Amino acid sequence: MTIAVIRFGGSNCDRDAVQALESLGVDAELVWHEDGLPAEVEGIVLPGGFSYGDYLRAGAMAARSPIMDEVRAAADDGMPVLGICNGAQIGSESSLTPGAFTTNESARFQCEHVHLRVENADTPWTAAYEEGDVIELPIAHGEGRFEVDDDRLEQLEADDRIVFRYCDAEGTVSPEANPNGSKHSVAGVTGDRGDHVAVLMPHPERATLEDLGNTDGAGVLEGFRA
Amino acid sequence: MTQFTATVTVRLKTGVLDPEAETTQRALERLGFELEDLRSADHFEIDLEADSVDDAAERVESMAERLLANPTIHDYEVEIDHR
Repeated sequence: MTIAVIRFGGSNCDRDAVQALESLGVDAELVWHEDGLPAEVEGIVLPGGFSYGDYLRAGAMAARSPIMDEVRAAADDGMPVLGICNGAQIGSESSLTPGAFTTNESARFQCEHVHLRVENADTPWTAAYEEGDVIELPIAHGEGRFEVDDDRLEQLEADDRIVFRYCDAEGTVSPEANPNGSKHSVAGVTGDRGDHVAVLMPHPERATLEDLGNTDGAGVLEGFRA
Repeated sequence: MTQFTATVTVRLKTGVLDPEAETTQRALERLGFELEDLRSADHFEIDLEADSVDDAAERVESMAERLLANPTIHDYEVEIDHR
């Protein structure tokens, strides 16, 4: 099992993702987007960063690069795809996942630790947790506010497509515990092709290595072993 | 072929929060200006050659659909002028 971590110009969490995956015994390699998807790959990470300088909208340019056609085709065939932070923005901009991640309510870049409640433990990315578990992960984004129209959001909730919501340390979801103004505090959603595709704004790869003092995110990356 | 300039204006849909516009409004108010509301929009000017206004409009609308706007959060308008 080799996971391709796709590096775009401006990706900066790509090596973190490789290191975090390898610490879990999952083989991972960096793939430059212009080189295309290697044939033997069995999973894909769209990593965090500032691809193309966040020009136009965060993720907009990378979402339209040729390798994303290959990623969408692979996702159609059931390949696991995880988008993290800028990777989440790329995922939504490329129609892998619903909604949009746009300017934080604060209009500021926010770099802090947040709590997340596991909303659906029946996905590869959350199988390591129980529904209702509270985990702590870092966020680092200026455009992380989940936005989608009300009808679509209602459908996503009815279909159990929300994987994580921002919450406080006790697991209570509230406007005060919503760092960026995301609609219904959504921090991560599954893809339209099935729950083998998911994106989230917080960084599980920055909370996987024991040396960093918090391994709450390891369970998300364990999804590649499912 | 005729030379045209297309103007694409991309706005947030009504009801979508615009934190940058709110921040800009507050900054103007701090400078002592009085205003009721402020909305921001992205504005693109595209020079192109096309057979007709309709042909130019069709191509530019496709550009807006596929890249310049994100249909989840944006509405857009296209205006075509002779150059």
